[in-house]
Amino acid sequence: MANMTLKLLVWRQPGPTVPGRLVPYTADQISPDMSFLEMLDVVNEGLIRKGEEAIAFDSDCSEGICGTCSLVVIGIPHGPQRGTTVCQLHMRHFHDGETITIEPWRARAFPVVKDLVVNRSAFDRIIAAGGYVSVNVGGAPDGNTLPIGKKTADLAMDSAACIGCGACVAACKNASAHLFVGAKISHLALMPQGEVERYERAARMVAQMDAEGFGSCSNEGECEAVCPKEIPISNIARMIREYSKALSTHRKWQWKATTSE
Amino acid sequence: MTLDSKVPAGPIAEKWDRHKFQVKLVNPANKRKHTVIIVGTGLAGASAASALGELGYQVLSFCIQDSPRRAHSIAAQGGINAAKNYQNDGDSVYRLFYDTVKGGDYRSREANVYRLAQISVNIIDQCVAQGVPFAREYGGLLDNRSFGGAQVSRTFYARGQTGQQLLLGAYQSMMRQVDRGNVKVFARREMLDLVVVDGKARGIVVRNLTTGELETYAADAILLCTGGYGTVFYLSTNAVNSNVTASWRAHKRGALFANPCYTQIHPTCIPVSGEHQSKLTLMSESLRNDGRVWVPKKKGDHRPPNQIPEDERDYYLERKYPSFGNLVPRDVASRNAKQVCDDGRGVGESGLAVYLDFKDAIGRLGRGVIESRYGNLFQMYEKITDENPYEVPMRIFPAVHYTMGGLWVDYNLMSTVPGLHVLGEANFSDHGANRLGASALMQGLADGYFVIPYTLGHYIASTPLPKVSTDAEPFKEAKASVQDRINKLLAVKGHRTIREFHRELGRVMWDHVGMSRNAEGLQRALTEIPKLREQFWHEVSVPGTPDNLNQSLEHAGRVADYLEFAELIALDALERGESCGCHFREESQTPDNEALRDDEHYSYAAAWGFNGVGQRPTLNKEPLTFEEVHLSQRSYK
Repeated sequence: MANMTLKLLVWRQPGPTVPGRLVPYTADQISPDMSFLEMLDVVNEGLIRKGEEAIAFDSDCSEGICGTCSLVVIGIPHGPQRGTTVCQLHMRHFHDGETITIEPWRARAFPVVKDLVVNRSAFDRIIAAGGYVSVNVGGAPDGNTLPIGKKTADLAMDSAACIGCGACVAACKNASAHLFVGAKISHLALMPQGEVERYERAARMVAQMDAEGFGSCSNEGECEAVCPKEIPISNIARMIREYSKALSTHRKWQWKATTSE
Repeated sequence: MTLDSKVPAGPIAEKWDRHKFQVKLVNPANKRKHTVIIVGTGLAGASAASALGELGYQVLSFCIQDSPRRAHSIAAQGGINAAKNYQNDGDSVYRLFYDTVKGGDYRSREANVYRLAQISVNIIDQCVAQGVPFAREYGGLLDNRSFGGAQVSRTFYARGQTGQQLLLGAYQSMMRQVDRGNVKVFARREMLDLVVVDGKARGIVVRNLTTGELETYAADAILLCTGGYGTVFYLSTNAVNSNVTASWRAHKRGALFANPCYTQIHPTCIPVSGEHQSKLTLMSESLRNDGRVWVPKKKGDHRPPNQIPEDERDYYLERKYPSFGNLVPRDVASRNAKQVCDDGRGVGESGLAVYLDFKDAIGRLGRGVIESRYGNLFQMYEKITDENPYEVPMRIFPAVHYTMGGLWVDYNLMSTVPGLHVLGEANFSDHGANRLGASALMQGLADGYFVIPYTLGHYIASTPLPKVSTDAEPFKEAKASVQDRINKLLAVKGHRTIREFHRELGRVMWDHVGMSRNAEGLQRALTEIPKLREQFWHEVSVPGTPDNLNQSLEHAGRVADYLEFAELIALDALERGESCGCHFREESQTPDNEALRDDEHYSYAAAWGFNGVGQRPTLNKEPLTFEEVHLSQRSYK
């Protein structure tokens, strides 16, 4: 396959309080073997040579596991290839002369930092509100004390595979974080180690999620469609079950969440 | 300088227990009066933050990522070792200790390695209790797989995402301490200097990567958990933001840097496809459990792999190392891949690749089993190469992966700057000249969960630590010097990109300080690196301003440090005239091209002291003595 030339429309925004706009660029000499982010590196190299500011975008592992990269490509978080983060999306899936728009995650709870970079610390605060098992170092029993059925362990692992990238939020018209929160609640509720705190956890995490300004779920399923780890929306159903049980059995768990940076 | 390793007396199996009893303790009510800075939130940093937070210390945790959950430990695939002997196949603490010392080619500190093997069993228990979804057998018990350099199955795993699951366990524990008010997270902060007050590490200067502001923080002790320096080679399996900056700047403030030339080249990575590449992708070593490595017997055989008949294939690892076969340690596997490619038998367009073939395993076990073991890896391979590894063999080639060298630490994980502790990949202590697979996760978590809570308490309890304020002179001086360096980078205003310099440095390092080294090449590297550094400071273009998010400025600072640090790697490699583990000197090999150690002259850890950029550093030697493991020529035949 020959090298390609692409037209890019890239969201540039100098800072959180300054309005942004789509700016056209040309990406020349793009090899089909490049990843999408390597293509952006090429564009940035050109800008830096001219002394212009490079396009800011987040990336790190380039293996689809750290969850850092976060671009909306042609209107789809992580781009058109299913089950793929944008760092693993390769240019062979585009054609010569194509116009590609590149935008940041858009959600009230993920304010833009600059250009294509957003602030996702809301996710950290949701985890801090109960996304853990309360065990200190030192007192753990032997790892084989509690047998866990392979099926259960595999199901928990399916949920635990979430990379916390936030594509689910970016894809949702309500900017809902139900899939992210549901995946963590499911992972821990399915494991016997997470059983003790399951209802308190669900109540607190959901309250924090609401306080951060994420929207509600209206069962559209876009989150599952764009999730690079293909985490199913059955996790949302499980979260709602856990949450309802928590509220119906323990009124005291109607937590007041806190927001702070 | 005499290096005191502070290894406790007594038989090796009792050293750690005795030490834990002998260290001083901090009264529970007093712990909250002490602040500890932890830089980095990978396995070592996150586990240390959670463990110290649980004890009641006030922890300030810093990371360059937008969230602590994204530290590069997350990308570790294969697994974590522990001497549980759940498989009843002859494993024990002593065997894990022995395998690790031998795998490191007798260049690690015995007492540290023994402690690591002892602690390994507690790590698994701790992670299971946190809800880490390790792979299970049908009866519900934990499953194991085997890894290179061992003849037992002691590796625990969570699909091909073990690092991710262990890191999320540590991160969640740390966030629990955030909830309890014991840990404060400072994300998107890059440590740019260490502040030393009255000879002790008492603070750091960080750049707030969002606002560009330089911030200073004071504490009673500093923990560096900032990972390795593989990206000095530009192309490596490390994340693109991994860097040596925190360690290097601490080195410039007095911390000795040990064995920088011990850099591990991982045998199973996806081969380079072109100039544009910004990083290489690892294919977990666990694939060598079921995949068979081969090249054609004939030179320049360009037939597609499936058309090369069985008797024209050379399964060279199985042929040369019948007892370990495809599971030889990483350094041996990498060097052999290089040898067959140098011999003209490499495959793929570039001729710089060998096959890793799953045909037999799929025939024996069925596609379903292979998919359940390696599904995500196969998928990743297909995404990158557009080839289906269930049908055609993978093409793999070695790539820079892990760095065994790092800041020198004693048995308490403290560097030569009092109060500055170094954990995980950033220190030098446990892996010698080569790390065995699935041992990095083990070391990171051992240091953070189980070692530092004891040794840090001892330091705090036994050291007078008067209160310091960030208004003190050393803080101002450090901040000013950081500001100065930033101003200089922005003032160059040249026309070459930062990446061009990084790529060029990587080429010099790979060609002369890579898998195979000789005196002439190392000398050449030592003349080329300073030249490149000179050009960098005259020709680099760093656009933008310092007062907001500026990724070019971040990258430029890291490359500038690499251009200083690279010289130390080459010098260390030149100074070490023997071959050992991953450090292969062509002048020192056995008749069958295996690494030939010289215990008489080189049985030491080389700890270098900084004397100024471009000035020759001072070599200090910590002699390595082996009381337990008998020194012998490593053999995996």
